[in-house]
Amino acid sequence: MSEIKFTNEHECIKIDGDVAWIGITKYAQEALGDVVHVELPEVGKQLKKGDNLAVVESVKTAAEVYSPVDGEIIEANVDMENNLELVAQLVSEGGWIAKIKISDASQLEGLMDEVKYNEYTENLD
Amino acid sequence: MRYLPQTKKSRKEMLEAIGVSNVDELYKDVPESAFIDGFADLPHHKGELAVERILTSYANENISATNVPFFLGAGAYYHHIPASVEYIIQRSEYLTAYTPYQPEIAQGTLQVIFEYQTFIAQLTGQDVANASLYDGASSCAEAALMAMRVTKRNKVVIGNELHPDYRGVLKSYVGNLEDASIEDGEPDEKTACVIIQSPDFYGQPHGFEYWRKKCDETGALLVVVINEIVSLGLLPSPESADIVCGEGQSIGLPMSYGGPHLGFFACKKKLIRQMPGRLCGMTKDADGKRGFVLTLSTREQHIRREKATSNICTNQGLCALAFTIHMSLLGEDGFKRLARLNHEAACRLADALEEIDGVKLFTEHFFNEFVIELPKDAKAIVDVLAEKSVIGGYALDGNQLLVCATEMTTDEDIKTFVSVLTEVLK
Amino acid sequence: MSNELEITQDINNKFTAQQARGLNYEENLLWEKERSDHSGVDLPVPEGSAVRTGLPERTEDIGLPQVSEPQVVRHFVKMSTWNYSIDHGFFPLGSCTMKHNPRLSEKLACLAGFAHIHPKQPESTVQGALKLMYELQNWLAELTALPGVCLVPAAGAQGELAGMMTIKRAHELNNQSQRKIVLTPDSSHGTNPATAVMCGYELRVISTKDTGRISIEAFKEALYATSDDGSDIAGMMVTNPNTCGLFETNIKELADLLHEAGGYFYCDGANFNALVGKIRPGDFGVDVMHVNLHKTFSTPHGGGGPGSGPICTTVKLAPYMPVPVVGMKNDTYCLQWEEDRPETLGRLKGFNGQFAIHVRALSYMMSCGANGLKQVAEDAVLSANYIFSQLKDDFHAPYDAPCMHECIITDKIQKDTGVTTIDFAKALCEYGFHPMTVYFPIVLSGTMLIEPTETESKESIDRFITVMKKFAEDIKSGDTEKFHSFPLSTPRKRLDEVIAARNPVLRWSCN
Repeated sequence: MSEIKFTNEHECIKIDGDVAWIGITKYAQEALGDVVHVELPEVGKQLKKGDNLAVVESVKTAAEVYSPVDGEIIEANVDMENNLELVAQLVSEGGWIAKIKISDASQLEGLMDEVKYNEYTENLD
Repeated sequence: MRYLPQTKKSRKEMLEAIGVSNVDELYKDVPESAFIDGFADLPHHKGELAVERILTSYANENISATNVPFFLGAGAYYHHIPASVEYIIQRSEYLTAYTPYQPEIAQGTLQVIFEYQTFIAQLTGQDVANASLYDGASSCAEAALMAMRVTKRNKVVIGNELHPDYRGVLKSYVGNLEDASIEDGEPDEKTACVIIQSPDFYGQPHGFEYWRKKCDETGALLVVVINEIVSLGLLPSPESADIVCGEGQSIGLPMSYGGPHLGFFACKKKLIRQMPGRLCGMTKDADGKRGFVLTLSTREQHIRREKATSNICTNQGLCALAFTIHMSLLGEDGFKRLARLNHEAACRLADALEEIDGVKLFTEHFFNEFVIELPKDAKAIVDVLAEKSVIGGYALDGNQLLVCATEMTTDEDIKTFVSVLTEVLK
Repeated sequence: MSNELEITQDINNKFTAQQARGLNYEENLLWEKERSDHSGVDLPVPEGSAVRTGLPERTEDIGLPQVSEPQVVRHFVKMSTWNYSIDHGFFPLGSCTMKHNPRLSEKLACLAGFAHIHPKQPESTVQGALKLMYELQNWLAELTALPGVCLVPAAGAQGELAGMMTIKRAHELNNQSQRKIVLTPDSSHGTNPATAVMCGYELRVISTKDTGRISIEAFKEALYATSDDGSDIAGMMVTNPNTCGLFETNIKELADLLHEAGGYFYCDGANFNALVGKIRPGDFGVDVMHVNLHKTFSTPHGGGGPGSGPICTTVKLAPYMPVPVVGMKNDTYCLQWEEDRPETLGRLKGFNGQFAIHVRALSYMMSCGANGLKQVAEDAVLSANYIFSQLKDDFHAPYDAPCMHECIITDKIQKDTGVTTIDFAKALCEYGFHPMTVYFPIVLSGTMLIEPTETESKESIDRFITVMKKFAEDIKSGDTEKFHSFPLSTPRKRLDEVIAARNPVLRWSCN
């Protein structure tokens, strides 16, 4: 069983056992516009919650993607570098940027589900 | 005052439209104590003729390379500038334009930058070049900072005789960063880059095979610094380097007492996202026509703020234009010929100076600049030569003198130099 | 209409048919021209003697084009006609001070006695150049009330770096190296945070969102966030007038609080045009600032440079500035280096600074005089306020008047119709103006920062106002579609920045 969670920094996370797939939300993609580059993390890198995991760039903006949990990068979506349209796909399909082996599952507790996240984004200007 | 088009009437109309009675009401947010009522020590405005007289008299107090035998190089070079270069860069459309942030009305500047980038990439044997940086020295410092970002290492190694100004600027830039260091010698596993200047500060050309191998062994980047860019028409391409940077003043720009000059910066394609400075790229417009825009600007300060690759905003736009026009005029054959003429002038100068009693050629290999050893202190001799209207070179420590010849150097100049120096050394 | 003469061209290739319409020219790249069999410069034939470089001669093709002189001249002149410049018309680019560039300055900078002198010539042979720099230092010192002046920095951003490194050096030599934090408002130029980081400092951002100004409360909160007395604060970087076009009302109080905590006030001098000759930054608490000679003192922008960004400091900070500084000894001008200035932070640039820009700036200052400079500031502020007064009902005006030399409006009223700030910018291109600065400052969305400068006549400003009002009116009446296709009459229509960034093509290549 897997579930999708959201952060208020607009990451979306597919939780698959002890692995988190990280992508960015549709809201974030729309705010960014056309993506022109994704800077992927190195596999094997240890991250703390809140560390910079990747950078997604449009023409005029560079958005940092933060890790929602402590853990180790076990895979980066190298296909994305050559096919930037993947960023727009669902995190559970082609839209994941990296997969993290979760060290501390309790850090996932505060994350929003889809309903809550939609409410949250409606209240942003 | 002639630069102000407003009239008493227009000022009054604007004040009325705003709804204030005088301009000081618009300054109401400024604390009272910050206003100054006149400057006792500064003059009033002057007409064009008056200013021209004063500043022309200042210019006349200087000894210009146009009037005397001139053998000074050391990082800034006296070369001929074709008349078309000086004419075209004075065109309003280039001179008084801004950075091409609105590409639809700046295609001229943008296509020039694209051609400039191509020239630099071809000359240096690199994949890409940026739209230019301030000067050779800051370009070299930016290369070191970039190498530190790429390799995530913090030691910079200087491999040979780097220009002392470049070394000084490098020290200031790198010194700002915690735990960063600069050493002379050879790279090891902690080295971000090795900096090799060719020709080096003493004018000696260098090959790069040895340093390329050292860099491959240690994972350091090879940074090649060129401060006499004309040398690239005669010396082997630095294509094996990871970054080639330096000074482009020799092509199209006067020495202007040290600036503005032209920092060029080129590197391998895999490093472009870590490059400092502006980049111009090709694209198309809404009708599918080819056009140019500034691109990859997410590296830059105005977007990335504290995460930018550098704080630099400007390039040396007009200087890059002068360079591009001069290079276009020279072309492949002209550029190589210019390089050869420089080298041959230096060979003639070296031969002539060696004839003088007590003068020895210190550097066997050179491009257009070399070191001679004098029987006396070089600094004192340079000053005496200047009194006799010969700009004789750059005094190194002790008795060594760095002298330079270019296509500007005539046989007459060399003869005068030899006879004056012979007399001074007597 | 026959299509036979239409230009067909794709992104990588030559024109299959070339033509011009009226004064609209096409021009291909140098590398796409037929290669001439000789250079456009007639150089003497070399002797062909053996090289003494110790290395093999570069004989392979470097890959340079080769064309004749008339082709080169036409190439660059044609391309120049695609540029908009201050000499063409109104250029209200906020925070860039695009004012008239007097040609006298150009004429003087090109004199052989200035252009063809070498930075390492004996000082006895360049007394005129040193005198010029010395006088420029004096002008800047007087105008800023900051007596330490170093002309070295090559541009505004390098001036910032010089200023912040001066502060850092002062702290280091006074055992204050624990000061690691620099305060800056969120409305600052991007260079400010980038510079702080280049200096090895940590950044703390002060929010100005509501009023466009730094409040004393927000400032205190930032100043004392991690210590009781601000003893970890190195300084603050503030632009004044700020990037919202407003004078920081509390500036003296902020400076006092900062000084009490032991920090230094770096002022970004980008907006000095509002103050020059009237208000001196040293009198409102600034310790060090840079001055953009290419803005306030009217040296040309050259399509993106060269600039020049001297710094001015208090007496206290002067010893730490970069070298060289021009001094005077026994009635002779001289460059002061490390030996004369042992506490200096060192070098920042090769040689002595952007001397040819110094010539232009001094020429401008002498022409204006102190009285003229004051009029410059007043006219610049008057014109900006006039524009603001005429546009504030048609566009969203986030801040109260008066502004300084530039004003802000946004697209808030219009954006729901789909017409946004970028469309206004492109529509202005169509109507013969250079757009204002757009999407900066970033504290608000859809900002348009308008800086008319003092060299624009009322007639010209009125035309701009009329056009902007017409845009607002058209949008109000539902005539919005056209805004998305502007500009139409420019040499190129809207350019695709996404393609350029996804697959960067940064140079010509034969394949």
